[in-house]
Amino acid sequence: MTATINPGMAETSFSPNSPEQIKQAAYIAGQAADMRINVELETGGMTVNLGPQHPATHGTLRIIARLDGEQVISCEPVMGYMHRGYEKLAEVRTYPQITTLINRIDWLGSFANEVPFIAAAEELMGVQAPDRAQHIRTILFEMSRVGHIILFLGDLGVQLGAITPVFFAFRDREHVLNQIEAATGGRFHPNFNRIGGLKDDLPKGWIAESKVCMEKCLAFCDTIEELLFGNLIFQKRTRGVGVITPEKALDFGLSGANLRASGVDWDLRRDGHLPLAWNKTDFKVITHPDGDAFARCWVRLQETREACKIVNQLLDTLPAGPIMAKVPRIIKVPAGETYVSTENPLGEMGYHVVSQGGLGPFRVKIRSASFNNMSIAPWLMKGVYVPDIVTILASLYFILGDIDR
Amino acid sequence: MLAVTIPYWGQTIIKLGTVLVIIPVGGLLIGYVFLLKMMAHMQSRLGPMEPGGFHGWYQNIGDALKFIQKEDIVPAQADKWVFSLAPYVVVISTFLLYLVIPAGPDAVISDLKVGVFYSLAVGSISVIGILMAGWGSANKYSLMGSLRAAGQLIAYELPLVLAVIGVIIQAGSMNLNQIVKAQESQQLFGLNVGGVPYIATQFVGFVIFMIAAQAELTQAPFDMPVAESELVTGYMTEYSGFRFLSFFLGEVASAFALSAIAATLFLGGWYVPLPHGILSGDNIFNVAGPLILAAKIFFISFLIFWVRFSYPRLREDQLQTIAWKYLIPISLLNIMATAVLKVVF
Repeated sequence: MTATINPGMAETSFSPNSPEQIKQAAYIAGQAADMRINVELETGGMTVNLGPQHPATHGTLRIIARLDGEQVISCEPVMGYMHRGYEKLAEVRTYPQITTLINRIDWLGSFANEVPFIAAAEELMGVQAPDRAQHIRTILFEMSRVGHIILFLGDLGVQLGAITPVFFAFRDREHVLNQIEAATGGRFHPNFNRIGGLKDDLPKGWIAESKVCMEKCLAFCDTIEELLFGNLIFQKRTRGVGVITPEKALDFGLSGANLRASGVDWDLRRDGHLPLAWNKTDFKVITHPDGDAFARCWVRLQETREACKIVNQLLDTLPAGPIMAKVPRIIKVPAGETYVSTENPLGEMGYHVVSQGGLGPFRVKIRSASFNNMSIAPWLMKGVYVPDIVTILASLYFILGDIDR
Repeated sequence: MLAVTIPYWGQTIIKLGTVLVIIPVGGLLIGYVFLLKMMAHMQSRLGPMEPGGFHGWYQNIGDALKFIQKEDIVPAQADKWVFSLAPYVVVISTFLLYLVIPAGPDAVISDLKVGVFYSLAVGSISVIGILMAGWGSANKYSLMGSLRAAGQLIAYELPLVLAVIGVIIQAGSMNLNQIVKAQESQQLFGLNVGGVPYIATQFVGFVIFMIAAQAELTQAPFDMPVAESELVTGYMTEYSGFRFLSFFLGEVASAFALSAIAATLFLGGWYVPLPHGILSGDNIFNVAGPLILAAKIFFISFLIFWVRFSYPRLREDQLQTIAWKYLIPISLLNIMATAVLKVVF
């Protein structure tokens, strides 16, 4: 049996004559040899599972990454390991019961989760919470944003390998949590909003304490800015990594700081229509033109400062009055549907509530920010290095409960 | 000199015992002081402060006991021999590293003529252990971590050696004791000021040595091999119990040993300038030398851990860039400058 490597090869006779042709033939032969070597050395890549149990995914997000050495060829986030079916559960509960559930969606900014849902129910019922209640809601909303993003800033450090910021973050977030606990009775899950107002008024001395707390948070922001954002290694790791253009950001439905870091000036606190007290304060919507990981982190840092500013302003101008509007003892929401969304710490969080006039909603669609923010990950992670996966995930900032609901 | 002549085997046993005690004790002391207590103070974490009374000193013993009584898990797919031996290869390289470090004029375990060369050579044995761990674990994270470690240690071995060459040129010897003595007799512009440590004349070399040592020890900002947010814990992912403790001990003990080398090469080792006539001579330093050396080791370790707790981690390509594009050219220039100045003066 004779082995012919390429049967067609023998028949073609190629005899180069001119030096030009010889050069060309040598070039082709060289290319062919290179190709052979490349085929022989083909390593086939490697598939690595980051998660569901992985330190970088702080929760149960799973990322299937196909790697070529240290480079990511493609990656696919797999969601749903912590799906708890809140949309379905909401259909078999009354409105006051649902606030308990939706507290657990984005568990770091729980108070902020309640507000849009309660606002949607109030809108359907035609009830308006009194002025004082709206002010306190806004204060606690912004406080939960501060606590949320403080933890983000610390977590950012630990994802990039600096272990110190996360401990500062846990230490200083405690001040915010203590204030939220003093006002609402719950550290993580306040369940403080009621349709038509709030459960309780603020305790005595809370306003002065909150101002001290905000001072501490601002000091934390300064520390982090020096420790992390001013660090050359941090900048090398984040600048130019995971760049999102404004068009792409809008295409993927990003919201919150991720959108503003791409230069899109859009903030529901300013552009929304809710009767909360944001329009009575003076704050800046922070944007950044770069759209990279550094921009996202920087925007969040500045937003924390703005949030502290909002809280301080509202604490000064807190109006007197009742904290609860007149609502019937048994809450029945008239038939209708509405979509209400707010600028939560993670981005736009909205509830589409459909009511058929019963004790509970007929259908609740939860639009959570992290789900959309994560959807850009596969597009973003093509061709980056393995450490950049972590940088990008950390800078997109997601909470697993907010993705899976 | 000792009045009684100790036979060769007796000396060997004493030397072995010294190494076997010094390295774990020194390593654990460094681990306790810097890795646990200094880190806790820097990061304002309270941690367990109760056990044992003062500053929760007993907690660390409890931690060690916990590691020892944990189940020793070997993954089903693992290459069992390679997997089990890897931690010990890493630890042994640390022990070998310490053999040539003089703690006094005569208090040295093995007074090799090529001490610097030897210590830098055995220091890279730990790479083999790390590669064994990565390969034997049958885990992708481990494999990636160990390959990263190999690439990193090869890249940083060069600046480490090149930084030391400046010292060797200046001292005119590779024997560590000779290097200490050269620093003792070093004069400052013709004046006898009781010795000048080479950190003054070889400052560039010292900085490069410390950066490279940081990478050799895989401490942040060069801790990609164990990058816990990317690769879980890199090559240590599959280890548990006593083997994990061995890796941990290897980490702190090699920090101790490399600090000792840095202290000897750049800070004058066991020597400090003492008033002439009253307290000088070899006998004093044979007694006080170990303590002086220990103080210097602690200072260098403090620098290592201070950087570790302050900086984020570099990316793999940035790490290689620093080594090949900056550290190696600078250290070559340093060697050139040292050689020229040696000839001129």
